[in-house]
This record gives sequence, structure tokens and C-alpha cells, in this order.
Amino acid sequence: MHFANFNDFIDMGGYAFFVWLSYGCAFFLIISLTVVSVRRRKSLLREIQSKQQRDEKLKQLRKGKNSNEPKT
Amino acid sequence: MWKWLHPYAKPERSYQLASTLLPWFSVLSITTLLIGIIWALGFAPVDYQQGESYRIIYVHVPAATLSMSVYMAMATAALVSMVWQLKLADAAAAAMAPIGAVLTTIALITGAAWGKPMWGTWWVWDARLTSELILLFLYLGIIALHNAFDDKVLAGRAAGILTLVGVVNIPIIKYSVEWWNTLHQGATISKLDKPSMSTDMLLPLLVNILGFVLMIGAITLIRFRNEVIARNAMRPWVKELIAKELK
Repeated sequence: MHFANFNDFIDMGGYAFFVWLSYGCAFFLIISLTVVSVRRRKSLLREIQSKQQRDEKLKQLRKGKNSNEPKT
Repeated sequence: MWKWLHPYAKPERSYQLASTLLPWFSVLSITTLLIGIIWALGFAPVDYQQGESYRIIYVHVPAATLSMSVYMAMATAALVSMVWQLKLADAAAAAMAPIGAVLTTIALITGAAWGKPMWGTWWVWDARLTSELILLFLYLGIIALHNAFDDKVLAGRAAGILTLVGVVNIPIIKYSVEWWNTLHQGATISKLDKPSMSTDMLLPLLVNILGFVLMIGAITLIRFRNEVIARNAMRPWVKELIAKELK
């Protein structure tokens, strides 16, 4: 270990603000991108599913209408 | 080789391949980055001139270098999509753009946070910094174009043209420190010369670069799968996927 104790490690030789700002921003941005990308999959699948169900319902409705119509 | 590659032109096969690769990339990238970051922050020796502030290099250099590599990968995908009309290449290019934008942002922020204590300023309008800022705007423009059209083919073509035009910026970024006078230092690692850094400082940097590469691979796979699903919403295999995953 390069640092003598934990406080020295946090202090970063007086450059704490700049070092932790860099690491913090990088971490935050990468985690955000990953979370957004992973969540997008579920929401995308749901969107497609609801569209499919809508199409299916429309098809059923059209079919039902045709068969119920009295033949004249 | 072409015969072997051919099935991967099918979206379903590519999706499956991406799914198989994803856990490997995820686990390897997390492990590599953990080792690299702990080594960089706690074990690498201090710099005699810059003190502990130099530890920013372990995020700054991987992010900055790979922001250009991702651009070249994206440009290759855009070219393939344009020449061979391969829709999957478009999906790959669209998947990579936000990753490149995030890397460029990290490079700019960490660069500013390093410049303030070392140069005495957050920002200067010199060639290296300005051309990297232009790279960020290119990425943002490409992302905007990918989302600007409902028709993904049209969107891919528009974004592809911008991507290919923007390639001129890459050598400008890379050689800016040699072509112009600048505050920014030259390359630390280069193919032809010996690295200008001692081995015990260089090793954690190389580990971090590898970790970033693996991480970019993992996020690209996640996003690529999303893009493939979005472009194949009407296909039976996507229907089966939905039936399996959303019960």
C-alpha cells in the first residue's frame, strides 16, 4: 500500500478534490449509461408486446364483427 | 471465412451471439477494472513532479484513447452498413455512439480536473482540448440523427454520413500535440517508442485500458441487443423472446 493510513488515502496529497472529482464523475457516468442501457431492454420488450396485443385485438375485433354480421 | 461469417448476418444469430458473450465481458471487465482502479489509487507510486494528482491519468488516458477508438469502430460499422447495406452494422453503430459520448465527456471532465491543479486552469482553447470537444459534439449529433427519424434505415444513413465525415477529426486529435504548441503533454504510450513512464506506473494504466476495453465491449453488447430487438420488432423470434421473458 502506498499510503500510510486511510486519511492520507482520502487526502491524496492535497489533491483530494480533483482526484475524487475525476473518479466520481467517471463512475457516475458509466454506471448511469449501463443502467439506462439495461433498463431500455425491458421497456422495449414491453412496448413491442403492447403493440402486438393491440394488433391482435384489432384482428380479433375485425374477425368477430364479420362473423356476427347477419347475412342478408 | 465468409461462409463461417454468413449466418451472423442474420439478426437472430447475432442476438444470440451477443447474449452468449455478454456475461463473459461483464465479469471480466468488472474484475479487471477493480484490480486496475485499486492498483492505480492505492498502490502505484507517487509522481515526483505532480504528486498524487497524477492518479487522474488512470481514468483520463483510457477514456480519451478509447473515445477515439470507439469512433473508429463506429465509423467502420457505418461504412460497412453503407457499402453492403447490412442493417446489423447500423445497429452496432447506433449502439456505440452513446458510449463514445460518455467516454469523451469523461476525458474532458477528468482533463479539466487535472488541468486545474497542474496548469492552473480548467480549460484552454488549444488544439487537443478543442478537437476533443468537437468529438463530443460529433457524437451528440450522431445520437440525435439516430433518433431523429422513425425509419431506422433512413436514420442510420444520415448518422452514417455524419460519422464518416467526422473521421477527419480523429487524426487531428491524435496529432494535435505534435502539430501545434499546446499545454497538453505528448503521448505517454506509443507503438514505436518506449513508454515515457516507469513500469510500476505503467502497468496499472495498461490494466485499466484493458478493463475499459472489456467494459465498452459489455455495454456495446447490451445496447446492440436493444438495437437489434427494436429493428426486428415484427419478427417471430422477437415474439418468442417476449413470450419467454414477459409472462
